[in-house]
Amino acid sequence: MPPLAPDDWLALWLTLKLAGVTTLLLLCVATPLAWWLAYTRRWYAPVVSALVALPLVLPPTVLGFYLLVLMGPQGALGMLFQTLGLGRLSFTFGGLVLGSMLFSLPFAVQPIRNAFESIGRRPLEVAASLRAAPLDRFFSVALPLARPGFLTAIILAFAHTVGEFGVVLMLGGNISGETRVLSIAIYNHVEAMEYTAAHWLAGGMVLFAFLVLLGLYLLGNKFRVAR
Amino acid sequence: MSGIYAHFVLRHSGFELDAGFDAPARGVTALFGPSGSGKTTVLRCLAGLERASGQLQVNGEIWQSDAVFVPPHRRAVGYVFQEASLFPHLSVRENLLYGYRRIPAAERRVQLDQVVEWLGLVALIERRDPNSLSGGERQRVAIARALLTSPRLLLMDEPLSALDGPSKQEILAYLETLHCELDIPVVYVTHAMEEVTRLADHLVYLQQGRVKVAGALLPMLSQPDSPLAKFEEAAVVIEVSVGALDEPYQLARLDFSGGALWVTAADLTVGRQLRARVQARDVSITLQPPQASSINNILPATIVALAEAGSARMNVQLLTGANVMLLARITRRSCDTLGLMPGMAVYAQIKTVALAV
Repeated sequence: MPPLAPDDWLALWLTLKLAGVTTLLLLCVATPLAWWLAYTRRWYAPVVSALVALPLVLPPTVLGFYLLVLMGPQGALGMLFQTLGLGRLSFTFGGLVLGSMLFSLPFAVQPIRNAFESIGRRPLEVAASLRAAPLDRFFSVALPLARPGFLTAIILAFAHTVGEFGVVLMLGGNISGETRVLSIAIYNHVEAMEYTAAHWLAGGMVLFAFLVLLGLYLLGNKFRVAR
Repeated sequence: MSGIYAHFVLRHSGFELDAGFDAPARGVTALFGPSGSGKTTVLRCLAGLERASGQLQVNGEIWQSDAVFVPPHRRAVGYVFQEASLFPHLSVRENLLYGYRRIPAAERRVQLDQVVEWLGLVALIERRDPNSLSGGERQRVAIARALLTSPRLLLMDEPLSALDGPSKQEILAYLETLHCELDIPVVYVTHAMEEVTRLADHLVYLQQGRVKVAGALLPMLSQPDSPLAKFEEAAVVIEVSVGALDEPYQLARLDFSGGALWVTAADLTVGRQLRARVQARDVSITLQPPQASSINNILPATIVALAEAGSARMNVQLLTGANVMLLARITRRSCDTLGLMPGMAVYAQIKTVALAV
């Protein structure tokens, strides 16, 4: 049994919950967005693409800072949530989910978009000529054909959320059971010179990240062989 | 109103389509023309996959007008694409049933067993992976899949162009059978003269987005100045029936009104109706009947019209039998040497006759 305090277990659970919820919600947002980006011919599509990709290049602190401003009691998003009676956003789990979604958005959108683009229009036109309505075409043709893209998106979004630090620190702070995720817990242990606990958590993260990437590449091989 | 009335106007960068035509409610209408003439675009407009302005009426139903645009999945069309485009994630059977399951049971006039038999798919239907099929097999599955939606209009976009020679002949034979079995209109895009002469009943000739000529195929083929007669493979089609067989010599006599042709025959039966295709370059003209010739078919004929086919050659339209037209492709020098003129009585020597079921 690793020498971890109940607080650390809580952080682990919170991390998994955050990554799970974020990934799930992200799929709902990223799928239509990826679909639109893959098929649209509007002139402003590159603008949207660039905005979606922004979290890839911005320091998490910049993203976190603006989100904090937006989600604060005086921020637009914060006020909206207050008026809707959904409660506070900053320094809460809900705020973290929103921040993580934005932070991991490109990791979910890009693989799904690539998958849709590689399918092309032809299978959908075939389905249309075989009487499938638009939504039917999406579920019976586009979704199954884009499955590898979805798997990649799920894995990347989940893993990226697990590894998040900067945005969480800016947005959620360090509240045990509410916003203290693994990366923050490791930071705390290091600050307090508790290297054994830090090793256990950090080592676990390394192993997890390696396994995820290994799984991703094995998956890639499998799909390439099947093709 | 039965049949198809269509008129589409579309402007892309560098391409302008303004094509209107009628097609009858039965039989195959070939959309024929050089590449880039807009054939496929017209077909996509018929299916609703491309949105042009214009009108489309199919058997009295309005599919497109200024106020109406029926989306593709609500049009009773079967569409066969150039590549078979089978769904790779579905088995052969699931591919076949994809459209069938999506139409109301009451509208299913074509059944799986029927189509599987027509297109020779019995051995293929249990295959898991459509990618394991050959090109010709895949295209047959695609045709069957389209037919299983019980379409009121079948659209085919060069269904043979992606296939090799043998598969092409195999599918052509299946299409000829379908031609007889189906009572729905077929619009068939092609740039191959052979496919036109074997399959089509009507022809719409497109050039640079416009309809140059349109009408019944047979009279159009024998017009010496039509765009079709300018082709290297220009040919006429004669509807014939097998009149007699010469078994020792493996020959068959094909009768048409007022005349007959002898051809080398494999497994023909007397009384069978066929299409005989005679290429213009296989027909030559003599003024006297040749005394000793290896050519089997020498028909008395009258010159109806002459037209230039390029700078060195002429098309000569000949009337033989009761009302059968032939086309002969000869050099301009021969034409002048023989002094050919409309109304002259001559003999047409036919070197080869191709048969289509």
